[in-house]
Amino acid sequence: MPDTTSQTADLTSIPALLARNAVRYADRPAYREKEFGIWQTWTWADAAKEIRAIALGLVNLGVKRGDYIAVIGRNRPAHYMAMVAAQMAGAIPVPLYQDAVAEEMTYVLDHCGARFVLCGDQEQVDKVIEVRASVAHIEHVIYNDKRGMRKYDHSHMNALEDIKAEGRAAEQRLAAELDARIAELGYDNTCVMLYTSGTTGRPKGVVLSNRNIIEASKSSSEFDHLRESDEVLAYLPMAWVGDFIFSIGQAYWTGFCVNCPESPETMMTDLREIGPTYYFAPPRVFETQLTNVMIRMEDAGRLKKWLFDTFMDVARKVGPRLLDAKPVGAMDRFKYWLGNIFVYGPLKNTLGFSRVRVGYTAGEAIGPEIFDFYRSLGINLKQLYGQTEASVFVTAQPDGEVRADTVGVPSPGVEIRIDENGEVHYRSPGAFVEYYKNPESTASTKDSEGWVATGDAGFIEEGTGHLRIIDRAKDVAKLSDGRMFAPKYVENKLKFYPNILEAVVFGAGRDRCCAFVNIDLTAVGNWAERNNIAYASYQELAQHPEVLNTVQGHIEEVNRSVAEDPMLSGCQIHRFMILHKELDADDGELTRTGKVRRAVIGEKFKDLVDALYDGSNEIYTETEVTYEDGRKGKITATLMIRDAAVVPVAGQKMAAE
Amino acid sequence: MKDTVESFQTPDGRTIGGVMMEMKHITLRFGGVVAIKDISFDIREGEIRAIIGPNGAGKSSMLNVISGFYHPQEGEVWFHGSRRPSMKPFQVARQGIARTFQNIALFEGMSVLDNVMTGRLTQMKTGMMAQAIWWGKAEKEETENREKVEKVIDFLEIQHIRKTPVGRLPYGLKKRVELARALAAEPKLLLLDEPMAGMNVEEKEDMSRFILDVNDEFGTTIALIEHDMGVVMDLSDRVVVMDYGKKIGDGSPDEVRNNQDVIDAYLGVAHD
Repeated sequence: MPDTTSQTADLTSIPALLARNAVRYADRPAYREKEFGIWQTWTWADAAKEIRAIALGLVNLGVKRGDYIAVIGRNRPAHYMAMVAAQMAGAIPVPLYQDAVAEEMTYVLDHCGARFVLCGDQEQVDKVIEVRASVAHIEHVIYNDKRGMRKYDHSHMNALEDIKAEGRAAEQRLAAELDARIAELGYDNTCVMLYTSGTTGRPKGVVLSNRNIIEASKSSSEFDHLRESDEVLAYLPMAWVGDFIFSIGQAYWTGFCVNCPESPETMMTDLREIGPTYYFAPPRVFETQLTNVMIRMEDAGRLKKWLFDTFMDVARKVGPRLLDAKPVGAMDRFKYWLGNIFVYGPLKNTLGFSRVRVGYTAGEAIGPEIFDFYRSLGINLKQLYGQTEASVFVTAQPDGEVRADTVGVPSPGVEIRIDENGEVHYRSPGAFVEYYKNPESTASTKDSEGWVATGDAGFIEEGTGHLRIIDRAKDVAKLSDGRMFAPKYVENKLKFYPNILEAVVFGAGRDRCCAFVNIDLTAVGNWAERNNIAYASYQELAQHPEVLNTVQGHIEEVNRSVAEDPMLSGCQIHRFMILHKELDADDGELTRTGKVRRAVIGEKFKDLVDALYDGSNEIYTETEVTYEDGRKGKITATLMIRDAAVVPVAGQKMAAE
Repeated sequence: MKDTVESFQTPDGRTIGGVMMEMKHITLRFGGVVAIKDISFDIREGEIRAIIGPNGAGKSSMLNVISGFYHPQEGEVWFHGSRRPSMKPFQVARQGIARTFQNIALFEGMSVLDNVMTGRLTQMKTGMMAQAIWWGKAEKEETENREKVEKVIDFLEIQHIRKTPVGRLPYGLKKRVELARALAAEPKLLLLDEPMAGMNVEEKEDMSRFILDVNDEFGTTIALIEHDMGVVMDLSDRVVVMDYGKKIGDGSPDEVRNNQDVIDAYLGVAHD
C-alpha cells in the first residue's frame, strides 16, 4: 500500500477511514451476516451508503454534536454501522452489554446521559422502557429487529429501517450539515465510550478518542500483518473493547471483513462456515472447545482414538517447533504431515480453525496444556495483555516467541514500567482520555505524564523482556503470618483441570488458604455417565463423594506444584468445598466478561467461608439466584467440606491439621 | 347478536375482522356415539379462538371437522361467506388452513429444514419428475419456497437445528418445528391441537409468545385447543366450551370463566 503514509494525515476518524475504504476497497466485503440461512454481504461501498443513510436519519431525528447514543444488541452489521453513523453525526456511541438485566443497565444509561438508545430487538426495548421510568433523559428508542414491536407506543420510538429511509429522504436537506459534522472530526474527538465491567464497584465509562482507537489499530494491524483479505467472526460482546478494536478499529484500518453469526446458538456452525483468518477468544472458549473434543474422543471408536492419541503425541513434540520455524527432523516432519491428513486437518476444520493465521487469547491466564494443544495443531495462537483503558494493547507475543506463561513484549508504541509495589504501568498512544464524569478515578489511574496504572502485579522477565502477570495488584495480599497470598495464581492452576470450571481462593489476612470450586458440568457429567454414576441435578453431582475425591486429587496436585515456588508456597489450599451453584454474572458473582468478583462472593457466601475456617465438615445453606429474565429464586443445599493434603514447607509453622 | 359488528378492536389494539369461518349445527357421529351434537360457532378474521373442554368433550373432533378430516353427518361449514362442500384434507389445506397435531406428526428421519419444506408442498406446482432432476422451473420454485421457509425458521428461532434430524430433538422443539411446518404453508387459519401439552412452564411461555407473534405479525387467525386454563385465558380473544359433545359456553375469557355451566363441567356438580 504505497499511498498509506500520504493519506494517514487525513485519516483521523472512523468515518474518514470509511470514506477511504468505500473507494479503495469498494467491491470487497465489509460485513457479512448470515440471515435466512444465507450469508448476506455488504461491500465497503454498500456499507458506506447504509451508514450515511443512518447518519442522516440520526441528524434528522435531532441528534446533536456530543450526544451519547447507547447501543444494546448482539453482533450485527446494522449495530456496527449505527455506531459509525453516530460518530458521523457528531455523537458518541456507547455499546452496552446486552445480557445485563434492566437494573444493571439503569446505572450506565443514567451515567452516560444517553438521549438515544439503539436496541437490537424487543427484549432490549423492554429493558430500556423499564429503565426509562427512572432515567428521564432517554428521549428516543430505535430498534433494529421489528419483530413483536407493532403494538408498542411509537411516539418516542422508531425502527432503524425507518430512520434509514427518513435519512435517505432527507439527503438533500441535511447533506451539508452532515458533511460539516464529519469534517469536524479529528484525532481529539471521542470515538467511543466503553464501560468497564467492574470487578470492583460501579462500572466506569472509559473515554477513548479517535487517536486512541486508530493508533492502537494501526500499530497492532502492522504488528500482525493484517490485510484486507482477512476475515473475523464478531461474536464477543459489542460492549467489550476488544470487539470494538477488532470489528471497527482494525477492520476499518485494514479493510477486512467482519462476519456476524446468525444467532448465538449457531456460532460454532457459522465459525466453521466462515473459517476466520484472524480470531480472538477468551481462554474459556478454548477450554470449552478442548473439553468437548476430549469428551468426544473418549466416546470414539478404538481406531479413531488410537489415531488421535498417536498423532497428538507427534503434534505435541513437533507442532510448536514447526510454528516457531525451529529445526525439525525429516522423519518428524513426515509424521506431522501424515497427522495433518488424518487428524489435525479434519480437527481444525471441525473447530473452524482451518484458516486461522493469527489467533489471540487474553483476559485471563490460559492453561499451558490448552495453549499447547492448539499450537501443536498448527494454529498460531498467541497471548496478549490489555485492558479497556489501553484500547486493548499493552503487550502481545510476537510470532516465534510464544509461551503460555508470559503475555509478551510491549506492543509497538507502548512503554512499560513496574513500580515499587510490583504494579504494571504503561504509557501509549492508545491510553484512554479519561473516565467519564469521574475525575478522581481518572487522577488515581492516570498520572500527569500519561502513565496508566493497570492494577495488575507483574514483572518483566530477565533476558526475554516478556511481561509476566501474577495477579490483580489489590488481590495480592498477605496471610496472617506475612507470607504472600496471590489467589489468581492458584485459581488458574486449578482451572486448568477440565473438571474445574471456576475456583475462588480465600486467605488474605488468615492463617491458611481455603477454596470454593465450581465443577464443569460438561466434563464431570460425561465422566459420571461413563462411570454409571446417577445424578439428578448439578447440586447432587457436585456433592458426589467420587467427584469430591477427584477434585481433592486435583487440589493436592496443585498444592504440590505451588509448594515448589518458595515465594508462593503459603498459598496451598488446606480445605475446600464444591459450590452448589455455578457462579454467574446474573447473580453478580462474575463480571459480564466472566471474571470472578472476589469481594461479592466473599460477602454473599460468608456462611460458607466461615465454615471453611471453623473446621466443620458440612454446612447447610440457602442462596438466592437470579434467572435470565430477572426473576429470583432460592436454592438450598448441604455442602461437604474436605481437607486437602498440603506439602510441608521448610520454615512454615505447622498448623493444627 | 355480535355478528352484526363487522370489525372491532381488542383491548390490546388488534383489529378483529368479520366472520371467516362459521360452523352451523354440526353433528358428528361415530356409529352410535355422538361426538359432536348440534354445535354452532364462528371464527373471526384475525382472532385467537380457543376451544376448551374436559377430556372426551369432542374438541379434537371439532378441529378435525374444520380441517376436513372428518365429515359431519349434519350441519354446514361456511368458509369466507360460502358453504364449503365436502373436501379432502389436502383441498382444505390449499384453501389456507394449516394445522398441528396433538401427537407430533413429523418425519422423524428428515431434517428440520426438510420437514418445514413439506409445509410448502401444497404451493408447489412443478411435477415430481422436474423436481427429481431439479431443472428449470423446479429449481426456481424450490428457491422461492426455501426463502419463505427460511423466514419461518428465523421467526421461530430454530436456525441452530436447521440441519438436525427431527428424531434427535427434544419434545418442546419438535412442537416448534411442527408449528413451523404449519406456518410455512402461509395459512389464513391456523389450527393448533394442544400446542402446549407436555411442556414445562418456560416452554409454554415461549410457545405462547410465538402464537401471539404469529397472530400479530402475519395476521393469522388461530383456533386452538388447550388444557392449560391460564394459557387459554391469557391468549385467546374468545372461547368455546364443549362438554360431552355439546357447546356449553361461548364468549370472552371473562364471560366463560363466570359461566355456571362451565364451572360445573370443570369442577363437577354435587348430586344430592
